Amino acid sequence: MPFIPHTEDDIRDMLAALGAASIEALFDEIPAELRCGALDLPPALKEMEIARLMHARAGRNRPLLCFAGAGAYEHHIPAAVWAVASRGEFYSAYTPYQAEASQGTLQVLYEYQSMMASLTGMDVSNASLYDGATSLAEAVLMAVRTNRKSRSRRILMPKTVHPYYRRVVETIVGSQALELTELPYDIDTGRIDPASLDIHSGTDVAALVIPQVNFFGVLEAVDELTDWACANGALAIALVNPVALALLKPPGEWGKSGADIACGDGQPLGIPLSGGGPYFGFLCCRKAHLHQLPGRLVGRTVDADGRPGFTLTLQAREQHIRRGRATSNICTNQGLMVTAATIYMALLGPEGLRRVALQSHRNTLRLMDGLTAIDGVERVFPGPFFHEAVFRTPRPAREIMDGLAERGILGGYELTREYPELGEAILVCVTETRTQEDIESYARKVASLVIHPGNGS
Amino acid sequence: MSRLPDDLKYARSHEWAKPEEGGNVRVGITDYAQEQLGDVVYVELPEAGRRVKAGEACAVVESVKAASDIYSPVSGEIVEANGSLSDAPESINQDAYAAWLFRVKADDLSELNALLDAESYKASAEEAD
Amino acid sequence: MAEDVGADRMLIFDRSRRGRAAHAQFPPETGESPTVPDGLLRKTPPALPEVSELDAVRHYTRLSQQNYAIDTQFYPLGSCTMKYNPKACHDLASLPGFLNVHPLGLGRAGQGTLACLYELQEILGEITGMAGVSLACAAGAQGEFAGVAMIRAYHRSRDDSARTEMLVPDAAHGTNPASASMGGFRVREVATDSDGNVDLAALDEAVGPQTAGIMLTNPSTLGVFDRHIQAIADIVHRAGGLLYYDGANLNAIAGKVRPGDMGFDVIHLNLHKTFSTPHGGGGPGAGPVGVNDKLLPFLPLPVAVKEDSCYRMLTETERPHSIGHLITFAGNVGVLLRAYVYVRMLGYEGLKRVAEFSTLNANYLLKKLIEAGFEPAFPQRRAAHEFIVTLKRLAKEHRVTALDFAKRLLDYGVHAPTVYFPLLIPECFLIEPTETESKETLDAFAGAMAAILKEAETEPDRLKSAPHSLPVRRLDEVRAARHPDLAYPSE
Repeated sequence: MPFIPHTEDDIRDMLAALGAASIEALFDEIPAELRCGALDLPPALKEMEIARLMHARAGRNRPLLCFAGAGAYEHHIPAAVWAVASRGEFYSAYTPYQAEASQGTLQVLYEYQSMMASLTGMDVSNASLYDGATSLAEAVLMAVRTNRKSRSRRILMPKTVHPYYRRVVETIVGSQALELTELPYDIDTGRIDPASLDIHSGTDVAALVIPQVNFFGVLEAVDELTDWACANGALAIALVNPVALALLKPPGEWGKSGADIACGDGQPLGIPLSGGGPYFGFLCCRKAHLHQLPGRLVGRTVDADGRPGFTLTLQAREQHIRRGRATSNICTNQGLMVTAATIYMALLGPEGLRRVALQSHRNTLRLMDGLTAIDGVERVFPGPFFHEAVFRTPRPAREIMDGLAERGILGGYELTREYPELGEAILVCVTETRTQEDIESYARKVASLVIHPGNGS
Repeated sequence: MSRLPDDLKYARSHEWAKPEEGGNVRVGITDYAQEQLGDVVYVELPEAGRRVKAGEACAVVESVKAASDIYSPVSGEIVEANGSLSDAPESINQDAYAAWLFRVKADDLSELNALLDAESYKASAEEAD
Repeated sequence: MAEDVGADRMLIFDRSRRGRAAHAQFPPETGESPTVPDGLLRKTPPALPEVSELDAVRHYTRLSQQNYAIDTQFYPLGSCTMKYNPKACHDLASLPGFLNVHPLGLGRAGQGTLACLYELQEILGEITGMAGVSLACAAGAQGEFAGVAMIRAYHRSRDDSARTEMLVPDAAHGTNPASASMGGFRVREVATDSDGNVDLAALDEAVGPQTAGIMLTNPSTLGVFDRHIQAIADIVHRAGGLLYYDGANLNAIAGKVRPGDMGFDVIHLNLHKTFSTPHGGGGPGAGPVGVNDKLLPFLPLPVAVKEDSCYRMLTETERPHSIGHLITFAGNVGVLLRAYVYVRMLGYEGLKRVAEFSTLNANYLLKKLIEAGFEPAFPQRRAAHEFIVTLKRLAKEHRVTALDFAKRLLDYGVHAPTVYFPLLIPECFLIEPTETESKETLDAFAGAMAAILKEAETEPDRLKSAPHSLPVRRLDEVRAARHPDLAYPSE
């Protein structure tokens, strides 16, 4: 019996102790008409058999050379990260409610909070949320709760925020009477046009979301945007990429007074792509907003002997105590992913992370140079980008993507569905994991697809 | 049972109310309430100028294990919140009747008549136990 | 020894030395000049640790040794189902072929992953008696939110805007009312009777045209099976409401009873409970939802489908009434793959045995604890897969609380059971042994509980100052909350 240790003797002894004739007798409180019969499930497999099946399935996944970003990024993950994070003591540990028996997890979370607070230039970080999109939704809800001056519950959401993030926010806040107002972008620069904020100046806005780096890979005018929010009584919510923050000015330093809340997806920090999850979301804020911060928080304190230790704190905000009045219904953080990310950040350090960011940026520059050298291929946005950029092709984007896939490359993200105004445009990402040969190969293959359309591989 | 000054009015939801000169009402939580809550760690108070209705939740008192909504006993406008509670939330545990939470300028002082006196409050709290 | 303890409390930042790093992990660099404008560049580096690779490995390995975990300790945590997390699940979900798939490449290059997800949907649907399943919820709480949102969407689609109230038993877990509120509903509590069941009379009074639905779990949070579930379903359905099943306690009935057959319209599952995916120190979990035909159009996306021998995700145009996306991509795919491996290893027989042996273990342990002098909350009922003992008498007679008792258990190498939940039962332990524990483990636990009970009567201070043998003594939670120190460097 898989994973069940009971022998016939055990069963007999236990039933005797209970005075029950059989295990079935223990279910006698359940009405007979509710009992289901046999279920139509595939027959049980031994570990050897499921291993074979899963190897075959993994083999059925085609390994494509990755040039896609759009919210999930392939970075090198040091072997030590998962060797340590997969230890049974981390992997099979419960939520650290019994603090004395969970000092390992709690200290890791405290270190994580410290690192994220510094990376984002904020005062505090929570112990993580599900992913970047849900952390943005929580940031939006938090801003509405926190901004006492605003009555409107209106959020300005730029179109340069990841479309998948925007739809998640709509789903999550839709039932809470919040108003999401879309902010258009300047089609020439790929950025929020600060002038487009003019119609909102002087109106009641609870918060402005500012992506850095935005969905197109383009760098926004974060200082101007943050100052506008401040001047207009709105909170500034920064949506950021954690690796980029090793290179770019953090939200805490944007504008004259800094952003109020910073959020995003921590997947780039040592988390594998894994088909889309599990990742983790981070949420950080200024000290003033601490009591509205959802999710778990780990605090440092002392024990009965005065020695330092860690514990979950400010839990009264959470669902298991506030119930209907909780700040959110979150009762988990992504503990294991955060453990991995903390080890990753400790291994890379500030210099390593900066080099990952810089090399990703350089590789994207190189690819864009190679692409724009192809006749008919153009760079769509002229301004500075981080490690993603948009190019337009004379052939349909779908054709280019299909052709690249046939040639073993995941070419990027087609923008034609969500941004048809950009024409046949593709968002491409190059991280530090791509070699010079990889980059040249991509450019060569696009060239051949553009110059000789309709060719087989 | 815990301390229950005779000269105050009480709500079933464990607030005490004290009418003051100028039509203001001072509000706090009872000794019984702070005992139930345990060590107070944080208090969220309403802003001056906010309008509240009788029975509306307008503050929160947080302990390690619980967060209690505080309901305004009367309708009116908040005139002042007790700023000293942000540095010393524990003063509520030390003296629940000195550590007031907020003061409301009441629209209609007769709303206080709907509140309980010390004896009735004591009875209602014991009944809930 | 004392020095070791001091060293073990060091933060990774305390071990930092300027210029140290795991240089082997740095990327090779090429020479392009970066084109980021100066005004957008970071001026001071972030305060990340500067340590060698060995330092980091040692530091985090030693930290892991300060945790309790299923791999090392018994965890009779009620409502959490802390069963063994099979290593095969982790290994196989971590095959490079699965790990390296970009979410945007799932359709073109992730047929293997999609096959597993599709089959998991089918299997979970069969186990729960539901017509359709979506795996795209990151945790139980998200599954609950999705369930509530689907109920809302259903009533809306029938132009029934009066249904503003969600019923929740007073014994429910805090996430239920929180999810209902987040979903825009007013929450109304329904009383539980002395038998641990929902009070039918109270329910009858509470339903009406304003009732959107009721959120329940069965067996309930009190560890007993609500025998009136069909009556409850009738009352709520007749009033026009829907039934939502919180799958937290599925371990008790998996393979024996299906929520769909009990009358539930929508359910969520906790893969990190019933389906043995790891708790990871607080996550990641997964909270798939299942629905009957009524709610099929509203399922959160994405949902996997099979066409001939090819798999893909349904598009928004095919599911225009879906409540939407709760998560960026397809869900916690790594977790879903682990659950898939687990459930393929179990099959129907294995699943049935989960319910049988978790129930056997719970009833046996309850018997042993009663014999040792503990008071069950529902002595007249059979335990499901978990049960409650109340320590109310202890608290009164010896001033020892359930929390003190729990802390003392830690000294015996057992993680304490769930304390103070459900809120209805004062000073209680909610105990769930799970099916993967042996008789010897249960006997040893009962022995430890008996020993502590004796101590409570003769030496209560030993409990009140527990734990004694862990890396730290009892922690000052009041100080942690009053003077929050949430990041290094502390102010």
